[in-house]
Amino acid sequence: MEKETCTFSYCQKPEIVEHETDLLLIGGGMACCGSAYEAARWANANNLKVTMVDKAATDRSGAVAMGLSAINTYVGENKVEDYVRYVRADLMGITRDDLVYDLGRHVDDSVHMFEEWGLPIWKKGDDGFSLDGFQAKDAGKGTLRDGATPVRSGKWQIMINGESYKAIVAEAAKKALEENRAATGVDQNLFERVFIVRLFKDANDPDRIAAAVGFSVREHKMYIFKAKAMVLAAGGAVNVFRPRSSKEGQGRAWYPVWNSGSGYALGMQAGAELTLMENRFVPARFKDGYGPVGAWFLFFKAKATNSLGEDYCADEANLADARKKYGDKYVDKMGTAMRNHLMMLHMKQGKGPIIMRTDEAMDAINKTFMEQLGEKEGKKKVKHLEAEAWEDFLDMCIGQAGLWASKDIEPDKTPSEIMPTEPYLLGSHAGCAGFWCSGPSDIAGTPEDWHWGYNRMSTVPGLFMAGDICGASGHKFSSGSHAEGRIAAKAAIAFILDHPDYKPTPRKSADEMAAELYLPYEVYEKNKTYSTDPEINPFYIKPVLLQTRLQKIADEYFGGISTWYMTSKTMLEEGLNQLKMLKEDCQKMAAADLHELMRCWENYHRILSLEAHARHILYREESRYPGYYYRGDHDFIDDDNWKVFTCSKYDMETGEFTMSKRDHKNIWPD
Amino acid sequence: MPSFVIAEKCDGCKAQDKTACQYICPNDLMALNRDLMKAYNQEPEQCWECYNCVKICPQQAIEVRGYQDFNPLGGNVIPMRGTDSIMWTVKFRNGVLKRFKFPIRTTAEASIDCYGGKPEADMSKIKEPGFFNYEARKE
Repeated sequence: MEKETCTFSYCQKPEIVEHETDLLLIGGGMACCGSAYEAARWANANNLKVTMVDKAATDRSGAVAMGLSAINTYVGENKVEDYVRYVRADLMGITRDDLVYDLGRHVDDSVHMFEEWGLPIWKKGDDGFSLDGFQAKDAGKGTLRDGATPVRSGKWQIMINGESYKAIVAEAAKKALEENRAATGVDQNLFERVFIVRLFKDANDPDRIAAAVGFSVREHKMYIFKAKAMVLAAGGAVNVFRPRSSKEGQGRAWYPVWNSGSGYALGMQAGAELTLMENRFVPARFKDGYGPVGAWFLFFKAKATNSLGEDYCADEANLADARKKYGDKYVDKMGTAMRNHLMMLHMKQGKGPIIMRTDEAMDAINKTFMEQLGEKEGKKKVKHLEAEAWEDFLDMCIGQAGLWASKDIEPDKTPSEIMPTEPYLLGSHAGCAGFWCSGPSDIAGTPEDWHWGYNRMSTVPGLFMAGDICGASGHKFSSGSHAEGRIAAKAAIAFILDHPDYKPTPRKSADEMAAELYLPYEVYEKNKTYSTDPEINPFYIKPVLLQTRLQKIADEYFGGISTWYMTSKTMLEEGLNQLKMLKEDCQKMAAADLHELMRCWENYHRILSLEAHARHILYREESRYPGYYYRGDHDFIDDDNWKVFTCSKYDMETGEFTMSKRDHKNIWPD
Repeated sequence: MPSFVIAEKCDGCKAQDKTACQYICPNDLMALNRDLMKAYNQEPEQCWECYNCVKICPQQAIEVRGYQDFNPLGGNVIPMRGTDSIMWTVKFRNGVLKRFKFPIRTTAEASIDCYGGKPEADMSKIKEPGFFNYEARKE
């Protein structure tokens, strides 16, 4: 296939803006907002510049853009080492205890800051019932920092009134950036609606990261950010697999639809080492609307059963089979993956749909309240509880509330169907796919190759990772991502101070970068008039179809929904062949406007993320995460050979992956 | 459940340099038709139904219609977001109405004094655990 080049013969060359900074934050979600807050305080004292670049508006960007009804990581009265055990058990035994422990010992301060900034947090009332953020304030309950008791929905989770969670956290981050502008005399250090496409290494030091390049989706401008260090926190990868919904319902992804794998792809381009990229998350959620089930399970104590009313996690034949394949240890721990596995078996055995018994849960609560409180007060509390159940959706998954309304489902009267979703790649929720990063250096018993001086720095000097893409350490959630952004940013400032003479010099010229980024524009302008409808043209591929083909390959060969998450060496190899051609076709991506130019590069980022995922699944010759995916040719857990970190490096020039293993160790015993 | 713009209500935020919905949409979906001076959702199949456009619209011109690949017609969910709380009206297909009001914020918008009353960064501790204002907890 002939290679396309962009000489700006057909499309107009953009204005090129060069921006020099000390620390660059790529992303605007919880992690980068944490980075901005922490970094500015250390930077201001040293006259260092901090710059944040966000592809959306920071008030409502990232995974918390809609809001949340709970903060899932608050250690509080618990022990940090128990948090380490819980995360490890849920991720099938292979996590980085040092990273998880480090997060656990820091995370509560971020939660305390959120409350101070204005996030309403539920508190336990004197009668043992919950008070919302306003009621708690009126009742003089004080703050968590002062020792007030939160409302726990699970051991680690606390309930909040979180509609404005992101707006509040963003306000603090923006204020911090404003203080950094005042301290350094810089005019602008927050760039919204700028989408970063590529990272470039340094011309003089080929190991080191020097620049991030992107474009405005609002104006015809390309941005080159030169930085001494970067925190990359650009999210996980959503819509890489064909979703269960079709047409317009595709937008109702469980994880945010705008998480396009940029976090993974940008780090891969820089050559940073990945770890556990075979890991994925397949949440069981309310069918189609993908509303959260956590509060229903943990707070309202609802049970999920098959359609015959049986507990799918107690099916003796299926349990015996699971024990044989995956081992007693993992079955007894009954983590999220194992519960998914047992649910799917019943679905495959025709015992579906799987039902969340919301009606029975509400009925039980109703009875308890009436008995404990009498009819009048009991009714009042039940009404409050009904509002809490709806708030769970309205805060973080409004579409699920809409779906219930559309289907006339009142949860106290009618139960609802739950269903495993399509796979997602992420490292901050119940997944751990990401980069191999340095941990802190002060935790006794940490192996030597787990830390190299700068916390959360990847294997590329100067490139730090946080949130969804710092690997092998899931269950951070919103608060943990914010705290990890702070940890990474502080270490990045230390790195900058340790290397005062470094002057970033990107390896490529501005013109070369522009030619690369705007190629889809040139391709489109050059060829669009060949056919009467520019949507159907043999010389290019539009971003929508790029995504469609990507999802079809992922789904059919890499263990998506259409094979019940089943794959194998032969399937993976065929899928990778097809993915190779899709990657080549990216030379012919076509964009009619800036919005489509972003979509082209987002899908390119998805492709790289997916390839890493498939290469890792191929490398790991076992089924470590039953319920998330299966290797049909190795359908067992093999702790003797595979209780290890799988790692890989991507070579941007050759397109080759180099795979390797690193030893796993429990720093804290089970 | 993609958002849609009610033609009669949208004024294209003509007093501002860009529309509120364009400003806020996390997925860059809202666009302005400059001939009509009306906003529209340019890519409904990429809409996460986050409702940020609905909440921010000064004309209350934006609503959400259930994804038709799985939603029967007739239900809707409408928010009214104030400065400290939000009101929701949930209308069922069968006509049942539910209304809820939830807190959203305990402080005034734009009032955060992010470093007020907080210690300066102690540079001697930059390579130790902890934040500028917080010592990492020990057990």
